[in-house]
Amino acid sequence: MSAREDILSNIRRSLGVTGTESTRRAAVAQRLEQTPRGPIPARGQGSTATRLATFITEATRVSATVVVLDTAQAVPEEIARFLREANLPLALKRGEDARLAGLDWQAAGLDVATGRSDGADLNAVSYAFGGVSETGSLVLLSGADNPVTLTFLPDNHFVVLAAADLSGDLESVLVKLRRNGALPRTVNIVTGPSRSADIEQTLLLGAHGPRRLHIMVTLN
Amino acid sequence: MTLHPTTPDFKDNAHQALHDPELQKALGHVQHGFIYKRQSAVERLPEFETLRESARDLKNHVLQNLDLYLETYERNVTSSGGQVHFARTSAEACETIVNICKSHGAKSVTKGKSMVSEEIGLNAAIEAAGMQAVETDLGEYIIQLRGETPSHIIAPAVHLTKEQVEGDFRRVHTHLDGARDLSEPVQLLTEARGVLREKFLAADVGITGANFLVAETGTSIIVTNEGNGDLTQSLPKVHIVIASIEKIVPTLEDASLLLRVLARSATGQDMSVYTTLSTGPRRPQDPDGPEHYHVVLVDNGRSAMLGTEFEDMLRCIRCGACMNHCPVYHAIGGHAYGWVYPGPMGAVMTPSLIGVEKGGHLPNASTFCGRCESVCPVKIPLPKLMRHWRENEFERHLTPAVQRFGLKIWGFFAKNPRLYSFATRAAMTTLAWLGRDKGRFASLPLAKGWTDYRDLPAPQGDTFQAQWRKRQQEARR
Repeated sequence: MSAREDILSNIRRSLGVTGTESTRRAAVAQRLEQTPRGPIPARGQGSTATRLATFITEATRVSATVVVLDTAQAVPEEIARFLREANLPLALKRGEDARLAGLDWQAAGLDVATGRSDGADLNAVSYAFGGVSETGSLVLLSGADNPVTLTFLPDNHFVVLAAADLSGDLESVLVKLRRNGALPRTVNIVTGPSRSADIEQTLLLGAHGPRRLHIMVTLN
Repeated sequence: MTLHPTTPDFKDNAHQALHDPELQKALGHVQHGFIYKRQSAVERLPEFETLRESARDLKNHVLQNLDLYLETYERNVTSSGGQVHFARTSAEACETIVNICKSHGAKSVTKGKSMVSEEIGLNAAIEAAGMQAVETDLGEYIIQLRGETPSHIIAPAVHLTKEQVEGDFRRVHTHLDGARDLSEPVQLLTEARGVLREKFLAADVGITGANFLVAETGTSIIVTNEGNGDLTQSLPKVHIVIASIEKIVPTLEDASLLLRVLARSATGQDMSVYTTLSTGPRRPQDPDGPEHYHVVLVDNGRSAMLGTEFEDMLRCIRCGACMNHCPVYHAIGGHAYGWVYPGPMGAVMTPSLIGVEKGGHLPNASTFCGRCESVCPVKIPLPKLMRHWRENEFERHLTPAVQRFGLKIWGFFAKNPRLYSFATRAAMTTLAWLGRDKGRFASLPLAKGWTDYRDLPAPQGDTFQAQWRKRQQEARR
C-alpha cells in the first residue's frame, strides 16, 4: 500500500469509520461550504471612525507608525518627508499597482524603480489589499502589483491603505478575498515591523524583515 | 535534532540541569517574561475564554473527520499547482524531502523553524546527502552553530545567555573583525541578519513548517516574528512545506479562530508579526516566489493516537504555554527532557512517539499542579494524559520495584480508611513533636530529594481529613 493509503486507512481504523459515512461527509461539506465564523472580538468593531482609531492604536502598539492622509496624492510627499527625517536616500521600489503608478513621485523628489527586490533596496512601497482594526494588521497580496519581496527585503516598508479597505476583523477581509477570486500565491498579514526576542527574551526590531513599517491611511 | 533520545536518562539530565549556573540564569527569563506577557494579552481580550472553547471544539471536529479533510486538502493543493507527499515515518519523510532537493540539484537549503523537522531529524538527512541545511530563525541558527537541539518549541535558544551567543558568533563568523563589539543583543541580531541575508539569497530550496493547513483552499499558513519564514519560502526556486497530519483546519475562518489564541498563548502578542498564507507555486505573472511547491505530510505515529485516551493531545497547536507555566520546566529547562518536545506537552507526546519504555520518566516528572491545562489554548487535559501514561507504565510492569512496593503500601492503607486515618494521625503527631522547636526539618530519612533543596515544614494542627470533617459538621449547623 502507498503511504497515502496506509495513513488514511490507519486514521479510519483508529476512528472506527470507513470514510463513506454520509453524515460525516455531509458535516464536512457543510463546514467547507458555509465557512462558519468563530467568536469575533468586539474590540475591532464599531463605526468607521472608531475602527480607524482602533487600527491606529493597535498598529502603534506593535511599533508601526501610522499617518492619516486626505488623499493618495499626498503619499509621495509623506514618504519623502519620512525619508528626509530619517536621513535616508530618496530612493524607492514599487510594484506595478496602478494606484501607485498614478502618483507623482518625481514632484516629491523621489527616485522610484519598479519591480521585485533582489535585496539591494533600502525602501519600498506597497498598496494593501486590506487592514484589520482588531490587531492593527495589514493584508497584502503577492503578485506583479505588489511583489512579496518588497514586503520582506527592504529595511523600510511603506504601505498605503485606503480607509475604505479597513475592516474590523480578519473574517471580513476573508470575505473580500473570496470575492476577489482564487487566492494569490501568498496573502501576507503583517502586524508591525519584524522583530525577535530569541536572545535573552529581549525584544528587538528588524530581525530579518523591515526595521520600520510606516502605514499611510488615505481617506479619499 | 536528536535521533537518539536521552529521555531514559531524564533523572541524570535533570540533576545536571539543576546544577548548571548558566542554564539557571537563562531560565529566569522564561519564568518572568512569558507568563506576564500572556496574562496581559488575555486580560485585554474579554472573549478569550470563549475563543478557547471554540478552538477546542474546532480541533475535535477536525480530528473526528481527519481523513476527509486530508483528502480535501490534498485535492486543493494539487489544483493550485502544488504537490502533496505522504510520509508514514521519519525516514520516509526525510527521504522524500532529500529526493526533492536532489531533483533540483540543490546545494544549499534554508529552513524556517519547524518542530516536526526536528522530530524526523531532517537536518542530518540533508547534510548526509551532501547538501547544506541552514536554520534561519535566530534562535534556531544559534543552536545549530552549537550543535544543540531546541530547548523550547517556540524559543529554541531560551536556555542560553547573550555571552554564550557572543562566544559562538566569534567562533563561527571568523570573516568579521575580531575586535567588533558584541556585548549587546542588538549587535548580535544585526550580525546574524547580515550573515543570514547571504544564505537566503543563495538558497536553492526553502523548507518551512506549517502552523495550519487549510483544507478549503489547499493553503499552508506559517506565523513568524522575524520574517525568516517568508524569505525562506519566497527567494529559492523550490518551497517545501513539512507538516504533521493534525495541522489541518477546514476553512480560512477556522485558521483565524486559532490565530486568535495562538500568539496570545505563545508570546503574549495579539498577532505574530507575519502570518503568511501560501497557496501553490508562483503564478505566471508573478515577479517573485518559488516555481515549485511541495507539501510533505508526516504521520509518524499520530494516526495511531486517534481513538485512544491520548487523542486529545492531537489538538495541540504548539504554542508552548504549557512549558512556559510549568514549574518543572522552569527548574530544568528543555534539554533535560531528552528529545524534541519538552514540558507538559512533551511529557505526553514523547511516550506516544518513542514509546513509554524510553519516555516513561517524563509523565512522572510532574506535581500535577494543573497550570499547563489552565493555560492551554485548546484545553488539553495534560495532567490527565500524564496520569494515563503512569497507569500504562504501571500496568506494563515498567515501574521500578521500589516504586511499585511503595504504591502497594499506600494502596493497602488507602483501601482501609480507618487504618489510613490512624496511621496519618500517628505520623503527623510524631512529626509535629519532633519538629516542635524549629517548626521545620532540614533533613529527614527517605526525604533527601526534598530536604536537599528546601526545608520540610513540620505539621501543625489536625490532619486534613479531621479538618475536613470539622468543616462539614460546621457547615451543617
